[in-house]
Amino acid sequence: MSAVGHEINLDHSHDHHDKGNFFTKYVFSLDHKMIAKQYLITGIVMGIIGIAMSLLFRMQIAWPEESFTLFKWLLGDKMAPDGVMKNDAYLALVTMHGTIMVFFVLTAGLSGTFSNLLIPLQIGARDMASGFLNMLSYWLFFISAVLMVISLFVEGGPASSGWTVYPPLSALPQAIPGSGMGMTLWLVSMAIFIASSLMGSLNYVATVINLRTKGMSMTRLPLTVWALFVTAIIGIVSFPVLLSAALLLLFDRSFGTSFFLSDIYLAGEVLHYQGGSPVLYEHLFWFLGHPEVYIVILPAMGITSEVIACNARKPIFGYRAMIASILGIAFLSTIVWGHHMFVSGMNPFLGSVFTFTTLLIAIPSAVKAFNYITTIWSGNIQMNPSMLFCIGFVSTFITGGLTGIILGDSTLDINVHDTYFVIAHFHLVMGISALYGMFAGIYHWFPKMFGRMMNKNLGYIHFWVTAVCAYGVFFPMHFIGLAGLPRRYYSNTAFPLFDEFYDVNVLITVFALVGSAFQLVFLWNFFVSIFYGKKATQNPWRGNTLEWTTPVEHIHGNWPGELPVVYRWPYDYSKPGLPEDYAPQNMPYMEGEEQLNH
Amino acid sequence: MTSLLIIAVIVLLGIAIWQLTKIFDLTQVGSKPNDISSEIANDKDNNVNGYLTFAFLGFIYVFTIFCLVEYGSFPLMSDAASEHGEKVDFLMWISMGLIFVVQIFTQFLLHYFAFKGRGVKGRKALYFSDNDKLEAIWTIIPVITLSGLILYGLFAWNDIMFVDEKEDVLVVEVYAKQFGWDVRYSGTDNTLGKANVRFIEGINVVGVDMSDPNAADDKMAKELHLPLGKKVVMKFRSQDVLHSAYFPHFRAQMNCVPGMVTQFAFTPTITTEDMRSRDAMIKKVNNINNIRADRSQELIANGHEALDPYTFDYLLLCNKICGASHYNMQMKVVVETPEEFESWLSELPTLKEQVAAEKGTNVPVVEEKVEEASEAVAQL
Repeated sequence: MSAVGHEINLDHSHDHHDKGNFFTKYVFSLDHKMIAKQYLITGIVMGIIGIAMSLLFRMQIAWPEESFTLFKWLLGDKMAPDGVMKNDAYLALVTMHGTIMVFFVLTAGLSGTFSNLLIPLQIGARDMASGFLNMLSYWLFFISAVLMVISLFVEGGPASSGWTVYPPLSALPQAIPGSGMGMTLWLVSMAIFIASSLMGSLNYVATVINLRTKGMSMTRLPLTVWALFVTAIIGIVSFPVLLSAALLLLFDRSFGTSFFLSDIYLAGEVLHYQGGSPVLYEHLFWFLGHPEVYIVILPAMGITSEVIACNARKPIFGYRAMIASILGIAFLSTIVWGHHMFVSGMNPFLGSVFTFTTLLIAIPSAVKAFNYITTIWSGNIQMNPSMLFCIGFVSTFITGGLTGIILGDSTLDINVHDTYFVIAHFHLVMGISALYGMFAGIYHWFPKMFGRMMNKNLGYIHFWVTAVCAYGVFFPMHFIGLAGLPRRYYSNTAFPLFDEFYDVNVLITVFALVGSAFQLVFLWNFFVSIFYGKKATQNPWRGNTLEWTTPVEHIHGNWPGELPVVYRWPYDYSKPGLPEDYAPQNMPYMEGEEQLNH
Repeated sequence: MTSLLIIAVIVLLGIAIWQLTKIFDLTQVGSKPNDISSEIANDKDNNVNGYLTFAFLGFIYVFTIFCLVEYGSFPLMSDAASEHGEKVDFLMWISMGLIFVVQIFTQFLLHYFAFKGRGVKGRKALYFSDNDKLEAIWTIIPVITLSGLILYGLFAWNDIMFVDEKEDVLVVEVYAKQFGWDVRYSGTDNTLGKANVRFIEGINVVGVDMSDPNAADDKMAKELHLPLGKKVVMKFRSQDVLHSAYFPHFRAQMNCVPGMVTQFAFTPTITTEDMRSRDAMIKKVNNINNIRADRSQELIANGHEALDPYTFDYLLLCNKICGASHYNMQMKVVVETPEEFESWLSELPTLKEQVAAEKGTNVPVVEEKVEEASEAVAQL
């Protein structure tokens, strides 16, 4: 199949790229570069919604039950009568923030964008293995995003049982208003999302395996492609399990089955459910849920590997160790899910096993962090905005990753489980880090995507304010988490014990508001640069990878003539004896040049 | 007031952006309009951002110190009120110390190297792509430290989680529902009567099967009293959705799952009275009361009632999202001397007595329903 795809694309490359109308070019495009842009823009729009939600509930936490005109405008009378946020509206916002950020921004927005953009370009392919499947994947994602947004407006409000939607809360509309129509839409949207994600992932894997250009061996693949490739494999392994959980939950909700429900007395009556267990759902959910955080973070690591090497003008340190750690993380990620369930009531023996596997995953993660630091060491660092975001990535990945040692230890998890300590941990290690990776990718490959440059100075402002605010928001949360403050509390006023946290909650919210406001700088920079940015040159960052050998103007088929042939690995930066401080992968070895084992 | 604040913040933001753009623009005087080199970091950018990177390291350190000074008294890492809690705290201190040192050290390396290596035109970076020794070092060091942590953690975990009920223990049921807790003491036989939600009726809110002889001496309470120094085995049930019974001061937590019984055991070691009189607690409570007094003044000014002053009590709170009022699902926990506990418990009526008293008022309805419930359970 790969060979056929190759031939067809080759024929098309010379004469086909400017044919077609608006619809085939911009809407139902089969071109991976256009699909990447579609993913990115959709991701950004969802990101705006998701972050805006977090600001609303942060305001409620800082100034509990106060009336804001903003709430009245944005939430309406149903969710915020007289501008005071209702408690179930708070839970709805928390739930949708989590769902949107994890799935729609950091999964589809991040790996959807960069897998589509970079896999064919960096391996020297004319397009994905199946352009049609690729288009289908985007449009299913789009439909699921639209459904998720529609669910915000239905009777009873959107899903409100946390982004993990544990039954019975998510199964029984009597338990919380959001478990009515909103929850059904949530499940349907997720099912479609998973279909989209699987189509995408299968396509990425097929492309990487089959369509590498001549000379592009697996040990010459850029680490971005390695990361995206392994991400796709994790997705294929784990997403179907979530699909089964979602379908079974749908059955419990709509057809009266008892997969996850048993012995329930609610609203004055005994319900008929018998024999199911919510713990089963937790297992199914976290079998995806934990690999999911690596689906989010691996693409960011891949982007960081590439951008750090390019901007430090140094080879990435320990290329093989980096690949080994990606594979190690991928394997371990599928056998650690139980650390989300230490106090779920599962057999304590399982707790011991999952503690063991969980702490093992710290090892490849540590290797990665140290390799990044060594790559930066003694470099000639070009402080482009993308590079700053990569340094920021390593910084937050370390800060957030270290607390994983505490949460992964079942003994310690008992007391910090589901507190703000967890919020601080995962927002730093996968939320902020992955966003930094995404920003780094956008700043770095913007010239490739849109043929123009983003404004550097706005990029600097964006990074520095974001960096300070991200620490300001999440670092203090460790302290209130260790003090025992549970997450998903609408207000802390019911516990005088927590009155101490009044000031710190205000501080966190102010940092969040300022940090988010400065994302507007990014949005401005992004959208204005698409139309008015300075025209990019072919290889503005002097990178080695193949995408910088394609013309600035996008053509269907990527390279106007023959496909490039690869002679070397992608990290020959500052190699002694070469005239330039970089050596593109398609540059043959010079006479007498030392040959690496790649 | 808030809208004024928001406007002020927006205006300040605008000024900040404008000023920052100007500063950054100064670093590239003389670039031509369509020359992309103005969008790529030059030596001045490298220099400015290199210093900023180093400054950011300073920010991380200063902010860490600020948080430690301002919020350092929050974390529950000392004065654990249970026997196993001391072990948990010890492991927590070790882990915290370790990650603190690693954090300070690696952040320094990262930001210092970024600062030190800030680009200069014409300089070549070091071509350094592999070193097996280094790789081995930072694979083996985490392996050794983590092995230590894992081993200690696993022994502690096993001690905490595997309960021998043949010991002299007190068996208590903690029962969760939207949005409150109930407690059932197992009485003199120290065995809880069987229960199922299908038996819920009137005063029998946790669905005890009254035909089970073990249920005869069970007692219900709305406060959880625990005797000092005796191991308590808690059996958790939930009647509707997932809840989590979280006792932060005892370093104890377990989910309450409808359809199954979960358990957690701990031995309280500090009475409520004793905890209240500890220096750290007195300081904490005073601090909280100052905050409450300030807020009360605000409330009175706005025509609301003042807040009550706070006295410390152990708490059981719900820590698994369970519905709209999740944020207010709590119960007072009292640790007292065994004598005080016994006298408190002996004054409680048994559930059997309560049910009988209730039956006395409307006999026929109740009997019918209890029969129905037993039939339903028998069928399952």
